[in-house]
This record gives sequence, structure tokens and C-alpha cells, in this order.
Amino acid sequence: MQATTESLTADRVGALDKPAAVRVPQPYWNPYLAGFGLGLVLLAAFVIMGRGLGASGAFTSLVAAGANAVSPEHAKANEFYAEYLGDGTKSPLMDWLVFEVLGVFTGGFISGVLAGRVKQTVEKGPRVSVGTRLAFAFVGGGLMGIGAKLARGCTSGQGLTGGSLLNVGSWAAMMAIFGGAYALAYFVRRQWQ
Amino acid sequence: MNAPFFKFGLFGDNVSLIMAFLIGIGFGFFLERAGFGSARKLTAQFYLTDLSVFKVMFSAIVTAMVGLFYLSWIGFVDLSLVYATPTFIVPQVIGGLLLGFGFVIGGYCPGTSAVAAATGRIDGMVYLAGIIAGLVAFGEAFPMVKDFYYATPMGQVTLPELLHLPYGLVVFLVVLMAIGGFAGATWVEKSMAVKKGTLRA
Repeated sequence: MQATTESLTADRVGALDKPAAVRVPQPYWNPYLAGFGLGLVLLAAFVIMGRGLGASGAFTSLVAAGANAVSPEHAKANEFYAEYLGDGTKSPLMDWLVFEVLGVFTGGFISGVLAGRVKQTVEKGPRVSVGTRLAFAFVGGGLMGIGAKLARGCTSGQGLTGGSLLNVGSWAAMMAIFGGAYALAYFVRRQWQ
Repeated sequence: MNAPFFKFGLFGDNVSLIMAFLIGIGFGFFLERAGFGSARKLTAQFYLTDLSVFKVMFSAIVTAMVGLFYLSWIGFVDLSLVYATPTFIVPQVIGGLLLGFGFVIGGYCPGTSAVAAATGRIDGMVYLAGIIAGLVAFGEAFPMVKDFYYATPMGQVTLPELLHLPYGLVVFLVVLMAIGGFAGATWVEKSMAVKKGTLRA
């Protein structure tokens, strides 16, 4: 109880010298309500565009554009980059998923500001240092980058989109995602619990 | 009017990018509302203390799946024009396992790390840098992994086609599975809270 009061006071003091973004955060939405909203956005993407949501593909376009900037010959010779570069008539960054992910950053920020949750911090459990946590974040991101390419998408593209289209590879990938995470959870528990 | 609108030429490439941005805003907004800008909230799924990841994901899947089924049934949406990735079963399962490892080690997936970074989480920003590094590694190694990448192709195939069941029946079974899963998830959360002493039995 003492600790709670102290941290609340600390937040209030912080609120005085920072703009409205720092205040007591609102509780998260009911998961079914948030999921329903997310489902409607996904349905809108199907109806309007004929494709679903994604995330990892946007970062691949970014990497392909980077490789092309560093060495166009090297990028063109690599089938993987070449697929994202297209015929070279337009920038790989003028891509649907790139603009969609720019929207994700924007929408996340808008929601965070409205709920008072925008705060410079590191998400971690109490028993791990910031340095260790950031090292794990980098390694986890790296594995996710490689995995997303082999799986042809990530939790968004395969899980949400492919899942709701009853796509076979998507359901296999989604079960493997949960299976892999549960299998490893015990070994990295100190980072979170 | 027929849908998908873009596939029927209602607007062109430039407008599609504006649509992408607007749809992305909705996506990011609801991810953040659910609490998915927080790695601790997300990873609690794997320690069974908070199963929001499952609940949010499957309410979204059920909403979009049932919506699309009915819109297709009344002839509004041409389902064959909605893009789904072709299946390469073995690399996709291995990729999925790597995604799972990356999720519990790093605390996010690509979409949620974007939301985390946008709301000030340094670990979310570092995670994004990790994704870029992973993609560069994959891209550079692609000539070596290419054979595996294209292994075990099954073409564009859905669960109803694979199981020889009517589409509507599979939709119904997934809805039943989700409802059962939601009830199970809530029961698991309660049991864990009792075990940890934060809730009395």
C-alpha cells in the first residue's frame, strides 16, 4: 500500500512539469471489445482492398529498399530482395503494407495519448536489468524477422488475416507460434515474472 | 456494388495507399486499446496469468471470418478475390516456431512492437531494430535457404478444401472452438490467480 501511494505521488509530481501525456493511465479495454474492433478493421481491409492486415512485410520492403540503396547490383541479383523491388519503376516504399504500418504507428500513438499511456519506459519484469532486457528484445526481434519470412507472415499476416481466411499454412504457422512460445517460456521467465 | 472494391477498380493505387494508412490507424488503435503496446501484458499469455492475446486474437478472427462468410454468402464480396498466401507447410511451421521463440524472448510481434515504439517503449524500438537485423540476415542468406523456403508446397488451400468440409461448417466449428477457448481461458486465469494468492477460491 505504501509503495502504491508513493508511485502515485511520483506520477503526479511528474505530471506537473510534463504535458498532458503523463497522467494515471486508463485501464485497457475488455479483450473481447478490442478484438471485435480489430476484427472489424480486418473485415474492412478484406472488403475494401481484398487483402488483410500485415506488419512484417513492411519491414521487408524497408530492408529491400536499403539493400538497393547500398548496392543495386547486389539487391537485383538476390531473388528475395528482387521480389520486393519489383520492376524498379517505383520505390519499394510506395507499398501497401508500408503505408499500413505507418498507420499502425499513428493509431497506436493516438490511442496511447488518449489513454495517458505514452511514456518513455522499458517493459520488463522486476528481476532483470534494462541492459539484459534490451539485449533480449533485439535477439527476439531478430528471430521474429527470420521466422516471419519462413512463415510468409507474422502474427498479423498469418495469425489474424490467414486465420480468418481459414488458410491451411496460416493455421499451421499460428499453432507453431503458440507452441514455440510456450515451449520456451519457462527458460526466459525471469525476464517477465 | 461489388467487393473487394479495389479489385473491382473502384479506386487506383494512390488511393489504396491512403486506405492502407487509414486501416493501419484502426489496427494500431485497437492493438493499443487491448494493452498490446506492453510486452508484459503480451507475454503474460505464456505464463497463463492473462490470456488477453488469445481472447483478442480469436475475437478478431471470429469477427472477420463470420463477417466475410456472410458478405460472401449474400454475394457482396467475391471471396476468390481476397488474397491468402499459398501454403509451404514445413518452412511455415519452422518459421512459426521461430516467431514463437522471438515473441516470448523479445516480448512482441512486429505489429505490437510498432505500437510499443509509438507509445515510448524503448524495448519496442530495440525489437524493431532486431527485426531489421533478422531480415537483413535472412535476405543475405537467401541463396542458401532458398530450397528450404520453397519446400513442401501445397498451393493456395483452405481448411474446408483440405478437410473436404463445407466452408460454412468450418466457420461454425471455429466459432465453437473460440467460445470454448474463451471459457477455458477465463477458467485458467482464475485458477492462476487463486494459485498466486491474488484471488480467493
